Amino acid sequence: MKAALRTEEVTKIYGSENASVIAVDHVSLEILPGEFVALVGPSGSGKTSMLAMLAALLSPTSGKIFIGDEELGRMGEKQRARFRREKLGFTFQANNLVPYLTARENVELMLRLNGQLDKVGKARAQELLDRLGLAERLNNLPSQLSGGQQQRVAIARALVHNPEVVLADEPTAALDTERAFQVVETFANLIHEQNRAGIMVTHDLRMTRYVDKIIQMVDGKIQQVISDPAQIEAVALTGSLVSVSQPVALPDFELASNRIRFSEFAMSAA
Amino acid sequence: MSVYLAFKEVWRNLGRYLLFSLVIALITILVLFIAALAGGLANANKQLIEKLDADLLVYQENVDLQVTSSRLGNQALRELRRIPGVESAGPLGFASATIVFDDSREPLDISMVGVEPGKPGDPALIEGTGLRSRRANDAVIDVSIARQTGLSLGDRFTLRTIQGTEEEYYTLMVVGITDERQYFFQPSIFMPLATWEKIKPQAAPASDQETIYNVLAVQLEQPEQAQAVVRVIAERVAGIEVTDKQTAIEALPGYSAQQSTLNTQQAFTLLIGVLVVGGFFQIQTLQKVAQIGVLKAIGSSSGSVALAVMLQIILVTIIGVGIGALGTLLLSLGLPGNIPIVFTGASVIGALALLLSIGPLGGLVSIRLALRIDPLTAIGLSS
Repeated sequence: MKAALRTEEVTKIYGSENASVIAVDHVSLEILPGEFVALVGPSGSGKTSMLAMLAALLSPTSGKIFIGDEELGRMGEKQRARFRREKLGFTFQANNLVPYLTARENVELMLRLNGQLDKVGKARAQELLDRLGLAERLNNLPSQLSGGQQQRVAIARALVHNPEVVLADEPTAALDTERAFQVVETFANLIHEQNRAGIMVTHDLRMTRYVDKIIQMVDGKIQQVISDPAQIEAVALTGSLVSVSQPVALPDFELASNRIRFSEFAMSAA
Repeated sequence: MSVYLAFKEVWRNLGRYLLFSLVIALITILVLFIAALAGGLANANKQLIEKLDADLLVYQENVDLQVTSSRLGNQALRELRRIPGVESAGPLGFASATIVFDDSREPLDISMVGVEPGKPGDPALIEGTGLRSRRANDAVIDVSIARQTGLSLGDRFTLRTIQGTEEEYYTLMVVGITDERQYFFQPSIFMPLATWEKIKPQAAPASDQETIYNVLAVQLEQPEQAQAVVRVIAERVAGIEVTDKQTAIEALPGYSAQQSTLNTQQAFTLLIGVLVVGGFFQIQTLQKVAQIGVLKAIGSSSGSVALAVMLQIILVTIIGVGIGALGTLLLSLGLPGNIPIVFTGASVIGALALLLSIGPLGGLVSIRLALRIDPLTAIGLSS
């Protein structure tokens, strides 16, 4: 299958020559349509810079990014804005929604931006909002919605215009654990159903439960890519990447169950 | 797109934007009233001279074009009438007097203007026959006097002036009514120069000597040749100064100072308007940085976001100026008549145009801000 998103040796260097910071260091990756990927790593790992470049918000210092057949590096400012509204869907950590537009209007905004606010588009927005359990909230302003509901409206907005790639920046940061899981699960389901390529940046490894692939970044480089479902499940359960950084996953069931207990302890302590 | 966002935001925050329109409305009322006051005061000062049927005014030399200081005699008049290009010339004498009544009506201070019947200075009439005799006790009154006192054609009225140290009373008959011609904040009464000479306040009773008046109103055969005629007059007539009406108006005591004060006030009010609008929308836009960042990140162009801000500014300004203009209209209807405010079409339109421009002008800074907000702020990065 042809990749929905592909990067070749993408590098981002901030600052001048004598005081430069390498935020992203020769990163190459590929995401297929229908694939939901978690981009994880500690702060300063470069995951946000990576997201910004994939979102056509930031130009790489070197390397190439392809989404579909288009190379982002070749685009000017206006083209990139157009690309973002046509080919990408976004959810952000905070201030996601336009505060003076209702849930429905926020979703339809994406169609409006693309000049697709027709019957089909409206029906699609309605259907997505229904799927996300917001049927009764269509005419509420963001201030009248809970954090989880706002995130779900954002998800509907990110998908309504049939983008090729959906980018979610810490979608669960403002949510409690239960709601966070619900939101990510719905998100994953929609991405799979609609055959989009989804990338979620998160610092909360438990949220990787529904992804197909975990890409871990450390110091601007890809530390490891985990695509084995069992390994992913282990990461999600333990909320940790330590065990799976070994060449062989889960060397000892007992150890893993210890970790589970430990992580539960850590959770309840928190 | 911009229109949609701009109007939705205003609609869902109606209170805030309306409140701000009200601020603009208040500024509008202030600016319009200052303009009207400037117009009214200017009129009160200059109306008579402005409406003179003359192209040039002749003053005595070295009096800085001060009407009351200028004194001219028959010789100047005779010499002037002989200058080629001069169609006609009429003497004008100015003085103050009071109309008194034998009933309960309030005495009214007026400007008494001596003119030569049929010559420049003799006012055009709304009704009546006008001044015909050079010596009769006839008068043409300005319509505002007719309004305030109830005098009408054929009525007799009494003028009080001081002769020497005594109050003297003179009875004149209304033979004509002219339009409003205020001079020096007083409505005017026109009478034959000889009558004026007799009635005007003076240190000693009038003798049979030559009549001295203040200025000469000169009509030209070809007004566009004024410059040339002025040169000839200056060469041939000694002891005088010739000027056009506009210069004469600007030389009226206090006229320029008054107008420039009011114009400065108006300019400052407009400037305050620009700053207030600028400040409001700057704060508004600063509060929306994150939101605008998201809008740009999801693919709105910078231009459309900035256009939305500009549309809001224009909308709020138009509504504010509209409310202000309406408020001014209502207020001016409720004002007592003795406040010298005059709304002239030109000054109101000019002021409204300036007021409408304060919004976009004040908003330029926030437009610049809106244009420069980086969509990267949406994911917590800054460029």
